Amino acid sequence: MIARAPAVVVESLSKAYGATRALERVSLTILAGQFVAVIGRSGAGKTTLLRCLSRAATPTEGAIRVEGRDIATLGGRALRRYRARTGMIYQQFNLVRRLTVMDNVLIGRLPHTAGVWRWAALARCFAPRDRDIAARALDHVGLLDRAWQRVDTLSGGQQQRVAIARALAQGPELILADEPVASLDVANGAAVMEALRHGAAGAGLTVIATLHHVEYARRFADRVLGLAEGRLVFDGAPAALDAAAHLRIFGDSAAARAVREPLATAEWATA
Amino acid sequence: MSRVLADLLSRPAPAPPPRQSVTARGLVAAAALAVVFAWAGRVVELRPLELIRDAGNIATFLRGYLHPSFAHVGEYGWQCVVTVCIALWGTALAIAVAVPLGLLGARNLAPHPLIYHAARRAMDLLRAVNEFVFALMFVTAVGLGPFAGMLALGVHTGGVLGKLLSETIESIDPGQVEGVAGTGATRLHVIAFGVVPQVTPNFLSYVLLRFESDIRSASVIGMVGGGGIGFYLWDTIRSFNDREAATVILLIVAMVMCIDVVSARIRRATI
Repeated sequence: MIARAPAVVVESLSKAYGATRALERVSLTILAGQFVAVIGRSGAGKTTLLRCLSRAATPTEGAIRVEGRDIATLGGRALRRYRARTGMIYQQFNLVRRLTVMDNVLIGRLPHTAGVWRWAALARCFAPRDRDIAARALDHVGLLDRAWQRVDTLSGGQQQRVAIARALAQGPELILADEPVASLDVANGAAVMEALRHGAAGAGLTVIATLHHVEYARRFADRVLGLAEGRLVFDGAPAALDAAAHLRIFGDSAAARAVREPLATAEWATA
Repeated sequence: MSRVLADLLSRPAPAPPPRQSVTARGLVAAAALAVVFAWAGRVVELRPLELIRDAGNIATFLRGYLHPSFAHVGEYGWQCVVTVCIALWGTALAIAVAVPLGLLGARNLAPHPLIYHAARRAMDLLRAVNEFVFALMFVTAVGLGPFAGMLALGVHTGGVLGKLLSETIESIDPGQVEGVAGTGATRLHVIAFGVVPQVTPNFLSYVLLRFESDIRSASVIGMVGGGGIGFYLWDTIRSFNDREAATVILLIVAMVMCIDVVSARIRRATI
């Protein structure tokens, strides 16, 4: 494996919402091209970590360096430029439901339009290069034949793949996925994770995804981060997720045991 | 008896918590309402008996309307066309007024609370002032005729449509907007892709409804010098030219019915 540069460096990151401390001095380094899963109980700070990375939230303390640049305090145009290079995947897909699949993927090209095309985009007119990129991104997630369908006619799994195509069309360095499969059944979840992995592979794309089920992390991630009560309590390969690590991340309860159990196995075959 | 019911009935009867009596408050409210209506009836000089006593006079008056005269029907017909044109351009102007005001007057889009309040108050003002009052003002500004009528309708309806638009925008799904903004798109692009597709169907339906209402307003705005059939309505009624007045009223009814049918067709075809 080639020596890889750090893509994301988080230094002593804290985030407080009023008196609630959602993240407590989290430090970590993620290498370019890594597929990182963030796991933990709800309320452990997974989503807060991701929201700080996407700058949907502003950290209370600490630094976040992406490609060497501190993004913790960016604002205005600089923040938009950072977002343009960062793909976002949401639990509820966040696609524009009344637009076609193609228009939704083209949204990923919006911040990259320039000159007259910037204005033409207001009338949903895009440069041939942008349309070409969007078509390729759609093809990459296997939905090119649905290009002219309205997004709300697709299944949940297909919609999430459109969202991945939108993120890929941005030409990102980093993809942040917040519970990308939490609203999907197991078969669709696996297909979406596969599309995300396939999209990242080869391009040296870094992916950070919060996942609610350990099995997804085990199967798709290169590296797993475990959060508990705002602190990083596990950082290692999926294979290192043993019973002790699990106890540290999830504690001991019926709910904690449930997230460990393998998902219904037949569905994995589709992936 | 079913086992479940038998089981339920075998236990001691529970006493539900006491319910607050509402009869007393209801009686007070009804009495207050009766007082208000009795007083308001005196103010409007409510004398239903006179309707019966003067039935003969009313019949004589109405008899004139049973034989409409078609001597000037061509002129009246043309004035109906003028009326429709006033409503068409009035509604178009209203859209031009409503879109910027509605965007700025939506809490979730306004760039600053001050701008939000300014836009809201501007729309309140436009709605509070009746189109006839605006017509009187525009007649002094641009002279008698359809142009003044069209300006008056446009400005007043602009306030109404702006308010409806801003409320539609406030009720949209924020996730879809977040999905577009998350790509780093500019504010204008976020509006074009995240907001416009969500509000278009509702807004279009409001525009059609207001167009129908503008047709009715345009048919009388000529009374204050705003052009169209309204002047002839006023003139023939005032001069007790009953047969001519009957023709004018028939034409207005026919015109309103036609427009309502057409607008219902458009609504069905587009929404």
